[in-house]
Amino acid sequence: MIRVWWIGSAGEDAAMTERVRARVEAVFKLPAELCCDASRPVDSLDLRRGQHSSGRILEWLLQSMAAGADASDRVLGITDADLFIPVLTFVYGEAQLDGRAAVASTARLRADGAKPGDPLVAERLVKESLHELGHAFGLRHCVDARCMMSRSASLPGVDAKRDAPCDDCRLRLAERRKRRTP
Amino acid sequence: MNPDRTRILVVDDEEIVRESLGGWLEKDGYTLGTAPDGPSALKAMREEKWSILLVDLKMPGMDGLQVLEEARRLSPDTEVVIMTAYATVDTAVQAMKNGAWDYLVKPFDPEELSLLIQKIVARQALVRENTMLRRALRREYGFKELTSRNPAMQGVLDLAKTAARSHSTILILGESGTGKEVLARAVHSESPRAQGPFVAVSCAALAETLLESELFGHEKGSFTGATARRRGKFEAADKGTLFLDEVGDIGPKLQLDLLRALEDRRFFRVGGSEPVTVDARIVAATNRDLKKAVENGDFREDLYYRLNVIPVRLAPLRERREDIPTLVDRFLEQLSLEMEKRLEGLTDEAMEVLKAHDWPGNVRELRNVLERGAVVCTGALIQASDLGLISDTGTPTAAAAVPNGAPASLEHVEREHISSVLAFANGNVSQAARILGIDRATLYAKIRRYGLRRGGEGEEPAA
Repeated sequence: MIRVWWIGSAGEDAAMTERVRARVEAVFKLPAELCCDASRPVDSLDLRRGQHSSGRILEWLLQSMAAGADASDRVLGITDADLFIPVLTFVYGEAQLDGRAAVASTARLRADGAKPGDPLVAERLVKESLHELGHAFGLRHCVDARCMMSRSASLPGVDAKRDAPCDDCRLRLAERRKRRTP
Repeated sequence: MNPDRTRILVVDDEEIVRESLGGWLEKDGYTLGTAPDGPSALKAMREEKWSILLVDLKMPGMDGLQVLEEARRLSPDTEVVIMTAYATVDTAVQAMKNGAWDYLVKPFDPEELSLLIQKIVARQALVRENTMLRRALRREYGFKELTSRNPAMQGVLDLAKTAARSHSTILILGESGTGKEVLARAVHSESPRAQGPFVAVSCAALAETLLESELFGHEKGSFTGATARRRGKFEAADKGTLFLDEVGDIGPKLQLDLLRALEDRRFFRVGGSEPVTVDARIVAATNRDLKKAVENGDFREDLYYRLNVIPVRLAPLRERREDIPTLVDRFLEQLSLEMEKRLEGLTDEAMEVLKAHDWPGNVRELRNVLERGAVVCTGALIQASDLGLISDTGTPTAAAAVPNGAPASLEHVEREHISSVLAFANGNVSQAARILGIDRATLYAKIRRYGLRRGGEGEEPAA
């Protein structure tokens, strides 16, 4: 099971999160559901930088899913907060490599002036959500610029990707799934 | 550019920086290590090889510049990138002066970091490739490839190796195919001029006037067709080695020109009036008996002594049969790579055939025979029958048939055999030389000497 959870400060764009959920379910071949929990991360805001620590958010997501979650479950947080890791100016998202939590943000996906509700932002969010969840399923960055696991450090890079893995990454995902299945 | 081979060590006193940066880079497929301070980083460097160090400038105890200095000493191939939250031009300049690859101000842009790491990885891949190619070249042309179990040959190779380190002229004597050019290249690669060019000229392959222009170059308009000034091989070999192959075959006029060039270390281009000075080490080679040629008046005595400073004689393969197994192993390894075919070796019978053969074409002939065997063999082992040295009746094939049972001179048999091989090869000199196991230059010389047509049928009219 993959939980897709809106944890942003603004109201949820239900169409956008549903689009993410449907694509996540299709790509990872696992049931995905939207989470309606109204709680939000605390202590993730860095006042000096005016940004949110993606690491803190991941910790919060892990604590939030702990009760009753199956070991194979994953959680994807979606936020409108501007995310950072200490050495970088920003990140589009972050995930535990081969872990259980991932987070993706819309904040920088609008950096070229796209308005909230713009289908382009939803399209980008789908790609970055798949990318971060891919890490949580053990995938590393891919050299194929069209693969969802390609590292994107800028919006043109995000736009160049597809919302699907390349053949190699699809195979890796299938192998990992097989290993997990008893 | 393979991230798997790139090992990155993140050195920072802040745990959160080590973890977040390490995690970020790990997702690119790099192998990550972390160290909380300078001494731990240097310990990690002594224990393992790291491709890139990302080092924080301000750390308690040993700062980033000190780590950089030590890292350069411990592992000059490791590239160091300095990170700091306190950007000052002075420290940036100091870091670059001390050999840092670059300088990043925290927090840095994700794209900037990605590009920086990719650039370093690409450069290190190029450096690795360059090193491998250099090693391969040294293996190909160095003395390591010239080993022998024959005591006399070992003495010859030792002499050549010692002589290589001097600037003296070396004269390599030996039959066709004994490896004169291979030895000349080894001499060059072992010499203080190894970084300079190695230029080979086959003196037998060209007519005298062409050879003169080839060696000394020509000025524009010096003869019909000289549409531009052209540098000769002497000039091309400046600060390097000029290998004059088949030097015994050059004509009287060129012998004199060559003698002057060697004595004065300068010469005139064909049609030129300005002397050209060069600094080239001469290595000459011939399969002729130069001393006899001097006695017969075919070769200038003064040039002979000028070239014969350190004579080195390469023994024919039939005089060092003990080297055949080693040569076979080496050639099969090369052929296996070139042909992308698995070759495990020869059957015992095939090896016996090789040891029994007389090898008139010497080492070159051995390689050609093995190449044929490697092409023909159906499995990974070359059979005796694959080598083409045994006739259908099981007897070794003769180099050329004796005409009508009448005794014939060696020269006559050689002439007839070359003629028939040229005809077989439809006049293709390269192919004929390969079949005969001699180089093209030698074949050209023999064609001229015997007055043969390249088509092989009949004689050229006597001049």
